Amino acid sequence: MSKRSNDSITWGTFSEGLWRDNPVFVMLLGMCPVLAVTNSAINALAMGLATTFVLLASGALISLLRHSIPKQVRIATYIVIIATFVTIVDYAIQAISLDLYNALGAFIQLIVANCMILGRAEAYASRNRPLKSFTNALGMGAGFTLALLCLGVVREVLGAGSLFGIDLFGPRFEPWVVMILPAGGFIVLGAWLLLFEWLKQRKERLELEAAAETR
Amino acid sequence: MTESLSFIFLNAVLANNFVLALFLGLCPFLGVSGKLNTALPMGLATMFVMLVSSVSAYLINIVLVMFEIEFLRLIAYIAVIASAVQLVEMALKKLSPALFRSLGIFLPLITTNCAILGLALFQTFKEYNFTQSLVYAIGAGVGFILAIVLMAGLREKLELSTMPSITQGAAVSLMLGGLLSLSFMGFAGLGG
Repeated sequence: MSKRSNDSITWGTFSEGLWRDNPVFVMLLGMCPVLAVTNSAINALAMGLATTFVLLASGALISLLRHSIPKQVRIATYIVIIATFVTIVDYAIQAISLDLYNALGAFIQLIVANCMILGRAEAYASRNRPLKSFTNALGMGAGFTLALLCLGVVREVLGAGSLFGIDLFGPRFEPWVVMILPAGGFIVLGAWLLLFEWLKQRKERLELEAAAETR
Repeated sequence: MTESLSFIFLNAVLANNFVLALFLGLCPFLGVSGKLNTALPMGLATMFVMLVSSVSAYLINIVLVMFEIEFLRLIAYIAVIASAVQLVEMALKKLSPALFRSLGIFLPLITTNCAILGLALFQTFKEYNFTQSLVYAIGAGVGFILAIVLMAGLREKLELSTMPSITQGAAVSLMLGGLLSLSFMGFAGLGG
């Protein structure tokens, strides 16, 4: 490996997670919290920020320790590091807002079992310098939060007729309750994926036509 | 706690199915449900890990409470689950190498299956005693197998039908999951 050449931090290091390799929409990682806590936009945002913090802290620490962790026990070490930060987040949220803590329930502690975080630790933080891993984790966390918000906003607007708790449509709006129920989570995420696939195929088709015209 | 054992079991299998109502363990649910003959072993392996980790988590919790170090709960649980998965992995490698290969990366990923950690945490929150925990674990395991096998059956049928090109990938699986989840809501009156 030519270490020097790929040490540089570029815009791509950050933006990779935000869009091109978005952990939720493209890689389909960490689905459990994505579907479980996105029944309102505020829950989605809180979950996204909590996950981002764990991602950043564990990414930086694992990257710092990457030469001293023995290869055979690396997964166990990563899990313990992640679990430590999740415990910190768990107590922090409990201290900041008890309402939020009750709304998110066990899913804060279940950040430990979010495969996205372990996947990033294994695939990125263990191979790159701390600052670069940190930048990448920031992008991934932002992408994850963005995806959660995409779902949370749609589900809250359709299912409760409000956004961030503010009523949007007035009293005559009949809420689409199924969107807040578990089934709604699956369906909304499926619909987002369909939309992205459609856009992708449309773009490819247009590019193909443009290439055919210039020929 | 006065919940009867049959109530706990039915609740975990149907009304509060771990996959379809509580959104736990979605990664294997979407990842390994392509074929029936890998979905069933995956479900069984998960159920076994659930049983082992439920019993261990019960014992560990007693120790943690005894020494008043509950804040270490998460770390202790996840360490136990990781070891249990390692055990299953070694056993499966010896017993059935073909199956071991077909499950691939999803076998070690049982560690990060939130259904298992979720089970350990929920039984602690609900303060179940030993028998209740055991029944809860079996119920959760059966529920997981039920969901993943139903999904695999649906997806095998889907392979044979013509679909628009944009539905390639996970989108249709998610829609199917949504419909399954909707139908499982019909059981809601059973538990609560």
